[in-house]
Amino acid sequence: MRVDLRFIAEMIEPGTRVLDIGSGDGSLIEHLFRENGCDARGIEIDMAAVTHAVAHGLPVMHGDADNDLSQYPDGAFDYVVLSRTLQAVERPREVLRQMLRIGTRALVSFPNFGHWQVRWRLVMSGRMPMTRTWARPWYETPNIHPCTVLDFCELCAQEGYRVERWLAIDEAGRKSPWRRYLWLANMFGEQALFLLRKA
Amino acid sequence: MDPSPPPHQHASFAEGLTLECGQHLAPIDIAYRTYGSLNAARSNAVLVCHALTGDQYVAEPHPVTGKPGWWESVVGPGRPIDTDRYFVVCSNVLGGCMGSTGPLSPRDNGTPWGPDFPPVTMADMVRAQAMLIDALGIERLFCVIGGSMGGMQVLQWAASFGPRVFAAVPIAAAAHHSAQNIAFNEVSRQAIAADPDFAAGRYWATGTVPARGLAVARMMAHITYLSETALSRKFGRRLRGADAGATMFDDIFEVESYLRHQGSSFVRRFDANSYLTITRAMDWFDLAADHDGDLSRAFAGSRTRFCLVSFSSDWLFPTAQSRVVAQALNRSAANVSFVEIRSDKGHDAFLLEEPDFFTTLAGFLSGCAEHAGIK
Repeated sequence: MRVDLRFIAEMIEPGTRVLDIGSGDGSLIEHLFRENGCDARGIEIDMAAVTHAVAHGLPVMHGDADNDLSQYPDGAFDYVVLSRTLQAVERPREVLRQMLRIGTRALVSFPNFGHWQVRWRLVMSGRMPMTRTWARPWYETPNIHPCTVLDFCELCAQEGYRVERWLAIDEAGRKSPWRRYLWLANMFGEQALFLLRKA
Repeated sequence: MDPSPPPHQHASFAEGLTLECGQHLAPIDIAYRTYGSLNAARSNAVLVCHALTGDQYVAEPHPVTGKPGWWESVVGPGRPIDTDRYFVVCSNVLGGCMGSTGPLSPRDNGTPWGPDFPPVTMADMVRAQAMLIDALGIERLFCVIGGSMGGMQVLQWAASFGPRVFAAVPIAAAAHHSAQNIAFNEVSRQAIAADPDFAAGRYWATGTVPARGLAVARMMAHITYLSETALSRKFGRRLRGADAGATMFDDIFEVESYLRHQGSSFVRRFDANSYLTITRAMDWFDLAADHDGDLSRAFAGSRTRFCLVSFSSDWLFPTAQSRVVAQALNRSAANVSFVEIRSDKGHDAFLLEEPDFFTTLAGFLSGCAEHAGIK
């Protein structure tokens, strides 16, 4: 399982109801079901991935974050997870609102556009930065709403979300995560993870 | 229709059933077949619901036509619905003509019901199935599964008997029959009614069957089960034995002779009044209307695990209609899997070899079996 998913799984209480938006091959929901006894379900936009997950006995439906969250009733889940997808949705603020309407808590991970390499490359080359995290050229990247760790914190403050926990990791997750100073995380973290609830 | 049909295995219910229309139908027979064996906990039963012109002969040669069972690629040992693991039940619907009580059945005076057979609904069919399931000593079904009209019955099961259904798989189905679907059914019915041999539905009195009308109904309906791509691939514009003497109106295109064959072979195994009765039941089906227009209320508090399957080239029950059901299930916070299988074979794809469909179905059932504690 991907490193960031392992960190997400660690933040989820056993036996809870979880919706994983962008569940991919379903490895997080499978882990949550088997190891944590969660009622974990997924939404995935890629039909091949949906078929793969359902064929492995996992409850996944075809759908996407922008269009398919509004149908769920209030408080249907204890956690709603959105990993590495916020930067690619059409309306990130609305998606966050929906997540915290249908779930008590939201777990959001996203690639940090404030990482020093991104800053350095833009300044030095004057061109759109390409790093191992931001690996696709501007004309074909799905990432239409990149943000930095500080940007995300500001949005949470604006929307009245309480950050219960956060951490930032490097892409491979080898170093121990940044958890103390936001400015350091914003400089050196390649992926950030936030656990939110309504204040 | 064969004048002397073979006896079909059935259960009889002397007490009968009060139909939604208010009429009491008694006694009733439900013809059925089973495959595999029921485990000691009686927890491994899978009810397969057949489509409009299907019947209970899912996984064995048909006694009338001699053809293989209509879902032999799906139901059997080692198949997606594995009869080494599950106990599979399939019954002929109420109103059908393969042994269950329907328009062919005699009424008190000994003559067939014919056109006087009471209108039955999807809910009536499902209640009759539930009587059979009771008689088999099964409290909770591990899974109810079916395609097309069978999928409508699956949804009706989940709505009417939710706690008795652990998992539900409606395939290529919808929560109501669309205006387009009703329109096609009406053309079929008018074709039957226009046949002079129909004799206002009392064709047994004249010793005939409305073979031409029923065949045309089947030919037209069969087109709706296919896709343009599938028809082009299978037949294109190929001519059948280019006969110089053929006129414009002979069946010179291969697709024509294919449809004629479909029509004529259908007439041998199906009763016209049954066709009218069952198509009407499909037209009347509207699960949302039964719940004040809110489909999600049909599934309120449901603990059933759903797997909705649609096929990309199905224009009779398109993916959009499965999505409506999926969204209603989300509104009731039910457990839903929803897959659209890529296929160019149209609505019929659920009856054909579709490897992605098979792996999806087998995987979903295995996952559910794990949750249900079935070995």
